[in-house]
This record gives sequence, structure tokens and C-alpha cells, in this order.
Amino acid sequence: MTLNELQQQGAMATETLEKLSQVEARKCYQCGKCSAGCPVAEYMDIMPRQVMRLVQLGLTDEALKSKAIWLCATCDTCSTRCPRNVDIAHEMETLRILAKRKGIVGEKDIDKFHNVFLDMVKKFGRVYEVGLIVGRNVTTGKLFRDVNYGLPYLSKRKVHLLPEKVKAKDEINRIFAKAEEYALKELKEAENK
Amino acid sequence: MKKYAYYPGCTLGSTGVEYGLSTLEVCKKLGIEMWEIPDYNCCGSSSAHLVNPYLALGLSARNMAIAEEAGLDVAIPCAACYSHSKAAELAVKESPEKRAIIEDIIGRTYKGESKAKSILEVLAESLDLEELKAQVVHPLKGLKVVTYYGCLLTRPKKIACDDAEDPIMMDNILAALGAEILPWSAKTECCGASHTASEPGVGIGMTDKILLAAQKSGADCVATACPMCMGNLDMRQVQAAKMFNHNYNIPIYYFTELLGLALGIDSKKMGCDRHFVPAMELLQKYEKGGEQ
Ligand code: SF4
Ligand code: SF4
Repeated sequence: MTLNELQQQGAMATETLEKLSQVEARKCYQCGKCSAGCPVAEYMDIMPRQVMRLVQLGLTDEALKSKAIWLCATCDTCSTRCPRNVDIAHEMETLRILAKRKGIVGEKDIDKFHNVFLDMVKKFGRVYEVGLIVGRNVTTGKLFRDVNYGLPYLSKRKVHLLPEKVKAKDEINRIFAKAEEYALKELKEAENK
Repeated sequence: MKKYAYYPGCTLGSTGVEYGLSTLEVCKKLGIEMWEIPDYNCCGSSSAHLVNPYLALGLSARNMAIAEEAGLDVAIPCAACYSHSKAAELAVKESPEKRAIIEDIIGRTYKGESKAKSILEVLAESLDLEELKAQVVHPLKGLKVVTYYGCLLTRPKKIACDDAEDPIMMDNILAALGAEILPWSAKTECCGASHTASEPGVGIGMTDKILLAAQKSGADCVATACPMCMGNLDMRQVQAAKMFNHNYNIPIYYFTELLGLALGIDSKKMGCDRHFVPAMELLQKYEKGGEQ
């Protein structure tokens, strides 16, 4: 592939991302304020500022492969403080959603945690913590992690032993199905523009 | 009498039971009526928006739509539920197209007329601080508190119910009860949210920094308005101390527990005996009349 083609492809990726996130990455002037205030920065492989740089350069695939987008806690400190009003947190979130759709998962345990959580919401309409702890541990293979903490919740009578269920199951199903429809439609439109 | 739709989310009947009990007791005492949203569903918490924004909007919008049908604004104690519900309210008001999509997802009408409010905001708005002072039964005189707001009540700006860097709603209420509010560095830091469960190496580290800042401030306790923050600071305190070789014994309270205590509500009735870090001793001191 020629450099020209590479750049063209990069420009396309940047445009798709901008369509989805509505974040104007080009406005970023790389001051680093986002990285400075990020409470997770010390655990990230690349800094929030660097994520923005990759996006500016059209190197979206590199950003998609990072652990940073999975470790971001969506605390919004960066977006609140950015002198250029760039919504970094939302860009991180959008990159993560795109990565997941492409099957690129930089942090498997985190991904599984959220999957188990949402499976439960889909099934019951609500979350109950015992199921969350057990389900998460089974899927991550770390069976006894957190049992120490699940049990104290039990001892304090602070968890429901059985899930509480939403009666309007059909409504919950509809929300999950329709939301997926709209998300896929949006993704397709962004990619085709 | 003011009346709100009450959204307990998934935590206020379980891991955050003290928050639910203390909120309802305090509101009863102050003459604020709470009507629980019937058959409410989970807001998607810290997961849905990371997988599909439409899912997060839809889950919250359904609860808001039920409240709107009843003609009520929604009072929400959990900071995460508040943030997601507010996002749904703002989204339907953003454009007719967006509203049409959300209404299609939930199969209900939601115009954004019913507003999402954090319980902190509800109380801060409806309490006259001078009147509140007159209602105090057990003044919190001598109690040194650091107020912890975390992320979800203070950011992003369009959703926040208080200032991003120096929020004061909780400070004002607790100060009116006689407590001394100490300055500290972690007022709006992130507690690590669900990372403490999914990626403990990262999440507990974040929680530990907040506990350390609280300890250095010289406070007797931390006040919070979020069950996720409570879970991390209270339940995970032992784990953080162990992991980082620190020595903590810092009781964490929902601000509604401290408010209830000052108003003369029995602390056990609010579930204050169900904390992980022992929380009763300090409260009982004030129930018995506080510092003389
Ligand atoms: S704070 Fe804003 S302008 Fe500065 S590096 Fe981060 S995104 Fe760029
Ligand atoms: S939103 Fe994410 S990237 Fe931004 S400061 Fe918080 S953790 Fe860091």
C-alpha cells in the first residue's frame, strides 16, 4: 500500500469516528491537560493525550488496540478541563465501542465484567450482586476472587439472594433489540459516508 | 407537600440499603413525598453506555417515561442512576429526531418534561438552611467531615448538579447541621467505579488514594452521595489498606445518614449498623448528645 493510500484510509477512519462520536479531535493542541488530571493515566499504556493524537493522525487502529480505552473510567475529568472543549471521555467511549464491535478487546476481564452485568439486565431487567459476582468469576475463570467481599455483603443482609425481576419483560426485550438496531444502523451510516 | 417519583435503582434495596432507608426516612421527616416508580428497571449503570449508547438511553428513558406519565420529577439517590437518567432527559430534548428514536426504543412517550434530579439536589433546593438549623435535634458539633462528591454528580457540565471542581451542596447541608467541613484534595476524584471489581489492581489503587487523602485531612469521617463510592470506600477499605500497607479506620456515611441523625432519626432505622467500617460508635456519640 502506498503512503497516499494509507493516508486516505486513515482520513476515512477519522471521519467515521467523528461521525459516530461527534468529537472534533482536530481541535486538540496536545497540551496534555487531559493526561495530567486523569486518575487512571498511571495504569494506561498510552495517555489520553496520545489517544487524541493517534486519532488526529488517522491512526485509529492503533487507538483501537490500546488498553487505555478500556481502562478509562469515564470520569469526565479530562473533558471537563480540556481548554479546547474536546470531549476526550466520549472519544474514549466511542473508540471502545468500535473496538468491541471489531472484536479487539484490550482488557478481557473488564469486558467480561460488563458483559455479565448486561446479560443480567437483559434477563431480569435488574441486577443482583450475587449473580454479578458469581457470573463474573465463572466467566473470567477467577472463581474465588471477590468471594471475600461477596460474603460480607451477605452477612450484612445487603444482597438479594434471588434476582428481583421486572414484570414488563417484553419492554426490556424491546429496548435491547431496538437499541441494537439503531446502533448498527448508525455504524453503517458512519462507515458509508 | 412536595412529591417526587422515587427511583431506587438496583442498589438501594441491597448493597446500598442504608442510602435507601436514610433517604426515605429523611424525606418523610421533611415532608417530601416519594412515590416509587412501579416496575422500574436497571439504568444500565456503568456498563450499558460502554457497549451501546442507545441501550443506556433506552433503559433510563423507560423509567423517566413512567414518571412523566404520573406527572412527577424523579428523585434519584444513586449518582450513577442520576447521571444516566439525566442523560436520557437531555437526549429527548436535544432534537425531535433523537426523541423519536428514544421513544421508538422504549415504545412509550417521553418528552423530557419529567426531570431527573439527584436526591442531593432535591434536598439542597427544598431545604431552607435556617429552618433546617431550627429542626436539628442532635447537632453535629465537633464532627469533622470531608465531603466526597466523586464524578457523576459533578461532571460532565451539562449533566452535573453542582460545580465540577468545588461542589458545595453537601457542604452547606452538613454545615447547617453543625458539622465542620474540612478542605481536602479528593473532593471530586474518581473512586475507580466498577474497576475495583473488574480490575482490582487499578480500581483499589484509585480508592486508596481517596482514603489516604481523607486520612491526611484529619477528618473523623467521609460523607458521600453515591452507593458506588460508598461500596469502594467502605467495603473495600480493608482491601485497600492491605494492598497498600496503610492503616485505615475511616467511617463512611451517606450524607442522608448524617442528616437523619441530626434530625433525630434512629440510626438503626436507617441501616447505619450495616456498614463494613464500624460506623455506629461515632453516630451514637451524637445521639447521646454529642460533644459537650
Ligand atoms: S486537554 Fe484537550 S487540548 Fe489538551 S491534550 Fe487533552 S484533548 Fe488535547
Ligand atoms: S474520562 Fe477516562 S481518560 Fe478522561 S480523565 Fe477520566 S479516566 Fe482519564
